[in-house]
Formats: sequence, C-alpha cells, structure tokens
Amino acid sequence: MAAIFQGVGAAAPLSSSPSNSFDSNKSVFSPRRSFSVSKRVSFAVVRSDGKVNLNPKGRRDQRLIPNAVATNAGSAAASKQGHELLLFEALQEGLEEEMERDPRVCVMGEDVGHYGGSYKVTKGLAKRFGDLRVLDTPIAENSFTGMGIGAAMTGLRPVIEGMNMGFLLLAFNQISNNCGMLHYTSGGQFTIPVVVRGPGGVGRQLGAEHSQRLESYFQSIPGIQMVACSTPYNAKGLMKAAIRSENPVILFEHVLLYNLKERIPDEDYICNLEEAEMVRPGEHVTILTYSRMRYHVMQAAKTLVNKGYDPEVIDIRSLKPFDLYTIGNSVKKTHRVLIVEECMRTGGIGASLTAAITENFNDYLDAPIMCLSSQDVPTPYAGTLEEVTVVQPAQIVTAVEQLCQ
Amino acid sequence: MALSQLASSSPSRSVNLLKPLLSAISLHRPISTDTTPITVETSVPFTAHQCEAPSRTVQTNAQELLNFFRDMAVMRRMEIAADSLYKAKLIRGFCHLYDGQEAVAVGMEAALTKKDCIITSYRDHCTFVGRDGTLLEVFAELMGRQAGCSKGKGGSMHFYKKDSNFYGGHGIVGAQVPLGCGLAFAQKYCKDEAVTFALYGDGAANQGQLFEALNISALWNLPAILVCENNHYGMGTAEWRAAKSPAYYKRGDYAPGLKVDGMDALAVKQACAFAKEHALKNGPIILEMDTYRYHGHSMSDPGSTYRTRDEITGVRQERDPIERIRKLILLHDLATEKELKDIEKEVRKEVDDAIAQAKENPVPEPSKLFSDVYAKGLGVESFGADRKEVRATLA
Repeated sequence: MAAIFQGVGAAAPLSSSPSNSFDSNKSVFSPRRSFSVSKRVSFAVVRSDGKVNLNPKGRRDQRLIPNAVATNAGSAAASKQGHELLLFEALQEGLEEEMERDPRVCVMGEDVGHYGGSYKVTKGLAKRFGDLRVLDTPIAENSFTGMGIGAAMTGLRPVIEGMNMGFLLLAFNQISNNCGMLHYTSGGQFTIPVVVRGPGGVGRQLGAEHSQRLESYFQSIPGIQMVACSTPYNAKGLMKAAIRSENPVILFEHVLLYNLKERIPDEDYICNLEEAEMVRPGEHVTILTYSRMRYHVMQAAKTLVNKGYDPEVIDIRSLKPFDLYTIGNSVKKTHRVLIVEECMRTGGIGASLTAAITENFNDYLDAPIMCLSSQDVPTPYAGTLEEVTVVQPAQIVTAVEQLCQ
Repeated sequence: MALSQLASSSPSRSVNLLKPLLSAISLHRPISTDTTPITVETSVPFTAHQCEAPSRTVQTNAQELLNFFRDMAVMRRMEIAADSLYKAKLIRGFCHLYDGQEAVAVGMEAALTKKDCIITSYRDHCTFVGRDGTLLEVFAELMGRQAGCSKGKGGSMHFYKKDSNFYGGHGIVGAQVPLGCGLAFAQKYCKDEAVTFALYGDGAANQGQLFEALNISALWNLPAILVCENNHYGMGTAEWRAAKSPAYYKRGDYAPGLKVDGMDALAVKQACAFAKEHALKNGPIILEMDTYRYHGHSMSDPGSTYRTRDEITGVRQERDPIERIRKLILLHDLATEKELKDIEKEVRKEVDDAIAQAKENPVPEPSKLFSDVYAKGLGVESFGADRKEVRATLA
C-alpha cells in the first residue's frame, strides 16, 4: 500500500497549493460506499451506512483502498465527468441551486448584492434573484443577524454572511441567545433554519482583528451546528446541507482557500453535516484536522510517507458535534492521535476534541494525544511572525515522529 | 334610569344607600353587549413627529369596552397572583410584572388581527394572554411545569405562541427589536399584508441595535412598528438619567413617531390602528406609550428605592387603566357597578382555578432535558455530541 501511495505522491506537484493532485488516480479504484460520499447519481443524504453500532471489522474490509481522498466522485463509473471550479464558485453554485430550489432562501450581508460579495461568493445572485432575496445590509451585524433570525422564526431560510467571521462577534448575542436557544426555550415551537457563514482564519498579513478563528468561541453554544469546509466538493455539499437543515448552522470558510480548484460532480449532491471526511487512510497515527490545516497536514504527510510513516488523515469537517464515530474507529486502529488546528491553544476545538477522545477512547490510546494549535497571541502583521503563529508542516512532521517513537 | 344615572355619575360613598335599591330595581338587566358605536375622546391628544397625528375621537362600543374591562381585570389579577406565588417560592428566578401597563396590551390587540406579529421583552405575561394564551399555560410555565407554553423550559421571560404569531418573550434587553424587524421583513417577503409590533422599554431605547434595525427597516420599507412602552424607569434608573433625549417617539429621527397615553386603552387602540395603516404603506413608525408599572422592575426589586410611594399611589388614583374603563362603562350605563364587581369576582375565581390546575401539573420529564435542542430534519441523525452512543442523543 505504501508503495502505491508513494508513486502517487511523487507524481503530485510539490507545492503547498492543494490543487487536488489525487484526481487522476481515482479511476483505478472501484467506487465504494465510503464514509462520507455517495457515488450515486440521484441526490441523497450522504451519510455513512451503519448507524450507531461499531463494526470495525466490516469497515476495515471496505478500507482497502490506500488513497481514498473521498472527495472526488470522478471514480464512479456511473457519474458524469463533472466540472472544474474554484472553491468560491462551488459555494456560489450551492447557494444558487438552493435559492432556485426553495423560494424561502435569501441572502443577507454587507456587499453581497450589487457588489457581488467581497469574496465573490454571491456574485451574480442579485441580478438573478432580485433585491429582496439578495439583501445588501448596512454595516450593522448585530441587527441584521437578529433580523435574519427573526425572519427564520416565521419560516424563511436566510443565509447570513459575515464579511469576515470576526465581525460576527458583534452579533454574538443574537447568535448565542436567539439563534441557538430559541428552539429550546420556546419548547420546540420555533425552528431557526439559518446559515451563518463567512471567511475566517489567518490570511496573509491581514492583521490581528481580521485573522480570527471564531469556532472556539461559538462551540459552547447549545443548539447550533458548526461545519468547516475545506475543498470545493465539500464546500458546495456543506453549503447545501446547511441551507436544508432545520437547525442553525455556522459554516466556517477560510480566506486562503477560496481559490482552490477541483473537479466536482455535475449532479446534485450534499455532504452530511455531522460527518468527518477520510482524506487518507493509514495505520500508524490518526491526524485530525479541519479547514486550511488539512493542506498543511497533507503536505507533511508526503514527507512522512517518504520517511516511512503511514498517517491516517481525517478532516473532521463537523466541528459541532464531533463525528466521534469516524474518529473513534480511527483511534481504535492506530492508537495514536495528533490534532492539527488553526484555533488558539486555549479553549480551542482541539482542546474539546482532546477531551472528547480521552473520555471515550482512553483505553485505545498508546500515547497521550498531541494537539498542535496556533499560538495564544493576536496574529501579528509581520509575515515572519505570522508564519510562526500558525502550525507549519515541518512541525507536524516532528510531532508525528515524536508520537510514533 | 334617572336613579342609575345618579348612582353612576357620583361613585362616592354617599350614594351607597341607593345601591341596594338600584339592584332591586334593575334586577337581571343584562350587561350591554351591543355594538352601536359610542364615541369617546382620549384623555390627552396625540403628539406627532414627522406625521399627522390621528384624531382624538375614538369609536368604540359596549362590547369592546366590556371586553377591555374583563381582559384587563384578568391581566391584573394574574399579575397579582404571580406576585403571591413568587413570594411563596413557587415561581423562581426572574418575574417581571406588567400591572399598570395592561392598557397597552389590550388596546393593541383591539387594533390588530392574529396575522399581525407581536414580539416583546421579558415583561410578556399579559401580552401573551392578549394573544389568546390561556391562564393555565401562563401559570404552568411560571412554575416550570409541563403544561406551560414552552413546556416549562422557558420560564417567565420566554413565553411564545406561534399559532397566534406571538414571538415572545426575550431576556436580553433590546435584542427583540432586530428580531421584530426580521419578522416584518418576512411579512414583506411573503406579501402577507400584515405588520409586526416590536415592543421594547425606555431602557432598551438606548440600545444601538434598535437604531440599526430601524435604519434597515426604513431603507427596505418594512412594515415594522416599534413600540416603546415608556414606564419611565429602566430597572432602577429614571429615564432622565439614562436618556439625553427622553422623547422616545422623536428618536427615530427620519422615522415618524407618535406619543400616546399608554394608560388609555382607547388611545392605544387608535394609535395602533393608525400605525398599522401607516406601516403598510410607508415603512416603520415609532409609538411611544406613556405608561407606568406599579410593581418594581421585577420581583427582586421593591420599586420604592428610586421612586416615592406617593408617586405610585398618585398614578394609581389618577390614571389607572381599569378604573378609566370602569368609569366609562358606568358613565354610558353599559353595566352596573355590581355587575362589574361580579366580573372581577369571576375573573378572580378563574385565575385561582388556573393556579390550582397548574399546581397539579407535573414537572417536565428528565429526558426532556435533551429534547428540542436541535430540530430533526432531513432524517440526518446526530451521533450525539461528544457522548457515547448509548447515552442521550440530542433530539
């Protein structure tokens, strides 16, 4: 297995840009009922089979394919060729398809309408759907988030965009109290089917206030779901699933991932909101990651494979709730866990995940869980300092080596 | 007839002698429920900002006045009963009482339909009742029982009634106003031809999100009516100490406003009808209801450290909303004093029965702790956040 993968690895471009070099080899492997992707043509709720019972033996049989980057459906003989696009276009496609499908879906945010969106996610939508469905708001996050939630209480399905996730801190009260809790405090009378989305994460020297990672702040709010997209395939799938969900969903995008290119299927598909994605199965160590760090991990994985390690990489995607099923199976197999995240060390997603894994799978661990996160500092402007704030592939390699001693 | 006129126009003690005689004479005259219009003038004229004030003359009828009386009596009795229940520790946490402000809830309902939405703050018990909430639902929710409107999981500050378009019930000051503007947006989006009344207090009037929401509503021409229930005290702080400009009806600047005597149910009705018509055509409007609360901010506030007892009793004597309607009814000879007292007795009994029933009601099941956190949708199951499969899954 390792040999096959090495071959693939060598063929892939060595740059850190994650242009999905795994593409070409898909057709070699037969389609399988994977963890997170349905290869069927008709749209369906994409979920792994096997609801709740652990069935490790059964799953192991399915996982014979060494290079299962489960995103791309190009391998399925039945599906069509698909089309290539960038991540922001995938988000736009997902949004557009949902707006067409359901007249209750509307978008509100700053500069989403006439300007086309500051990251072009909503480009062209205002022309197509009009000013009442793609709404340009003034710079008033607290109130337009509240308005979106109020509209959702009556049955509309607004997609609320924060131009940068960090700005949504101004709307924290609305998201926490009204978005998350209204379903509960009203005894189930109101559902709040909103999607709150926006780019976050550390960019290229954007400064401290524009490089925030809010997933750690929102994770305790009861009643919301959080997902983080990382590829065009799962971006479109998660966007659609989030819009269709009856629960409030916060979709975390990343500023630096908007220009990723990938080939995605032509047919309608969605990604399960609560499922993690198996990026690369392996035997030695489980690396859990999400969003941009996935690419740092995959880059480190290349080095690790060259050094003889076989890491299993899982993109957890669902930040709340965690997909402990997929994660647990992986832990039971490899017995070592490394978490790589872009959140701060203190109170981040990694911290919660460490606790969750320790609580549930302590017996299966051969070594303490390692968690690589960003430093607990405001992100500095200087490029060299910014680089040090965030986890780099070299650190991941060192960590794995340490873990596998 | 002359005798009864005499009796009703001078409700002082000296005429009590006539009363037994009166009731003997006018035995079993049914309480007037006819709908022939009666014209009444409001106590004070409306003050307008950026719009034409509606007329002081209000059309009403016997049935409406008696309904007002009864509804306000129910609300008053309910709040007083809640006071005793709180002191008996059957209601815990926060309990914000509305007595003194009943005219706002009742007058507003008279001008609206159930298609229009109302959203308010935590002082929501009476507004809930106005939207056809039952007394059992109120008391059960206050005592945290299953039969409560939010199944016991919301409490005093979280009353909701979706089928009558009552959107609560919110604990954070001012946060309901953007929600209310969102409701108005949805009404415009779905072409409902209905309006939303977003109520807030003089304390919340200084919240930034209010002006943000008003700005957006005015830009998008939403049918939103912002109603400031100005009871002159934001918890313990008088309005002149909290607001540089306590003319809340003017603070909308570009949005028109109307100042209304909130203790006069008919004035409230007139203003709300006017506002509804305005909002459907021209976008948001602000109504300031000049009202007063007899209780403190909540049950943990005696209400006398920042105002004098004389002030409270003064308002009670001069401006009490129920007394005003009572005088109107007696003036127009729509019912006798005894009949009105009978109504009050009946109301008292109704409230006591509801309390007794609510006391019998069980507390929610422990498993309900995990229900209604998420809505089920798409058949997608949650694996149970951070818990093993065998433990509770969030429903």
